[in-house]
Amino acid sequence: MSVHGGPRLVSDVSFDIARGERVGLIGESGSGKSLTALAIMGLLADELVATGHVYLGGEDLLAASERRRCQLRGSSVSMIFQEPMTALNPTMKVGKQVSEALRAHRKLNRREAHDAAIELLGRVELADPRRCSMMYPHELSGGQRQRVMMAIALACGPDVVLADEPTTALDVTVQRRVLELLDCLVAEQGCALLLITHDLAVASEICDRVLTMYAGRVVEAGPAERMLSSPAHPYTCALLETSLALPVDSPSDGPLPTIAGNVPPAGAFPSGCPFQERCWRRVEDCKVDPPLQRDGDHAVACWRPVPERTGVTFG
Amino acid sequence: MTALGVGLARPGAPLSWRRWARSPSALAGTALVGLVVVVAVVSLAWTPYPPLAIGPSHSLEGPSWAHILGTDQYGRDVLSRLMAGSRTSLYAGVVPVLAASAIGVPAGLLAAARGGIGDQIVMRLSDVLYAFPALLAAIALSAALGASTGTAMLAIGTAFVPVFVRVTRSNALVVLGSGYVLAARAYGRRPLQILRRHVLPNIATTVIAQMSLLCSLAILAEAGLDYLGLGTTPPTPSWGNMVQAAQDYLSQDPLLTVWPGLAIIVSVLGFTLLGDGIAELRNTHLGRCA
Repeated sequence: MSVHGGPRLVSDVSFDIARGERVGLIGESGSGKSLTALAIMGLLADELVATGHVYLGGEDLLAASERRRCQLRGSSVSMIFQEPMTALNPTMKVGKQVSEALRAHRKLNRREAHDAAIELLGRVELADPRRCSMMYPHELSGGQRQRVMMAIALACGPDVVLADEPTTALDVTVQRRVLELLDCLVAEQGCALLLITHDLAVASEICDRVLTMYAGRVVEAGPAERMLSSPAHPYTCALLETSLALPVDSPSDGPLPTIAGNVPPAGAFPSGCPFQERCWRRVEDCKVDPPLQRDGDHAVACWRPVPERTGVTFG
Repeated sequence: MTALGVGLARPGAPLSWRRWARSPSALAGTALVGLVVVVAVVSLAWTPYPPLAIGPSHSLEGPSWAHILGTDQYGRDVLSRLMAGSRTSLYAGVVPVLAASAIGVPAGLLAAARGGIGDQIVMRLSDVLYAFPALLAAIALSAALGASTGTAMLAIGTAFVPVFVRVTRSNALVVLGSGYVLAARAYGRRPLQILRRHVLPNIATTVIAQMSLLCSLAILAEAGLDYLGLGTTPPTPSWGNMVQAAQDYLSQDPLLTVWPGLAIIVSVLGFTLLGDGIAELRNTHLGRCA
């Protein structure tokens, strides 16, 4: 699947995800990961066009009519947005918003929907769900709002949940609890989870498989353990260093490691490998776009991937 | 705050009636409009004297116990005519606005939700109406249909349609671009449902505030058209034609122009303050965000 908006914004992203599986989609801002999620949902802005196929149980979502997609959204595939304050209607009580999500696909009267909403709010571990349901979004904390979002996303029992940076807007202390909750809920419902994040640590918590995206394409994909203990693509290595850099025991004296340079803006992707300008393993070959090379359950798009480190475990 | 633009909706906070009580504009506006409404309703059943009853023997009298506001050039009681005139003004103030909103709001929603060609068509049609000089239209209508309250209302209503189209469309666009509408689409809401459940409630306050402001403008416009002889014709009392008649007697009885003028001021002020008050209800910020 690719996304165009004039220049190509997302190129040839291809992956599959099985029921109950958790896949992490990792990348910096501007890597195209949110666009991928929006494209799957069919919610791209009008100027953007998605080409390719997105199969959900044999049905191509991109080829489906808008009416069919409305039927599937929420009931088969749903999305958790990054910023709960924007994604919740500030003038509607939280309980009503959850009821809304329920009534989008089920014929429930107000009373039934309200009760079901309270039950859902309880499942996302909100204390005193009845009282919470009568509150407005601005009266709740960030963590509570994110739980409400999860309740809305899971309201109609979707098969796939796309979580777009669900913890980015939260305090670190709250992040873990929310992630654990997401993990739990997804396991209970048996749905597939696509966790989109820029934080490797977050992905490592709950994902079975991880894909790294850079400048609109997938640069590496594989089982989470392999990716995080012995990444092959230089970008993934660099990400690992930057996000897991602080060792627990020894104090760090130097500045935090960063990846020098910036993600090229859309439309200004260099020809060849998009990461070449920032890559320390660059060779002449990199001027040609490396294809995604598969090796069992692992794939990497690099002419000179980092060799596998054996005997290293991540934990 | 201009009468023609309330400003974009910032659907930041839910309505609170307590805020109404704390807003001086809302309270003053409600009081004034209430006064006019009460007078109008009362005048249906009772006025001190019949508004059309002539009494040539006591014309142009000043205020007295018999006639609280005096009499006009035909000896008719000014207060009674003022009260009867309030019905005309209220009628001509409210009906065109309601009619214009009945056309303008759906058109604005259509333009905002559809976008593309539909949007262009609606906006261009609305531009044509907007650009057309309203007074000219009123004169033409008067010539074609004869001067009456109805003609004035038609002219005013037509002039107001584009205002509603614009206000509705711009506010609806703000709501439609918001994160929660995207989220609503993400759980499968279809466009019509989104309009009903998310857009309308969030733009309602702004549109209603706009309606109130336009009511004040309508009353003023109607009085003006009556004054010019294009609207309500004498002997039916209306504040506009009362001013028009009274100006011939300015040297003999200056107060005669003042009473209808004051009445116009009170009602225009009332509706304007009311509109401001309603707009204020919505525009308060959220306060402490968690």
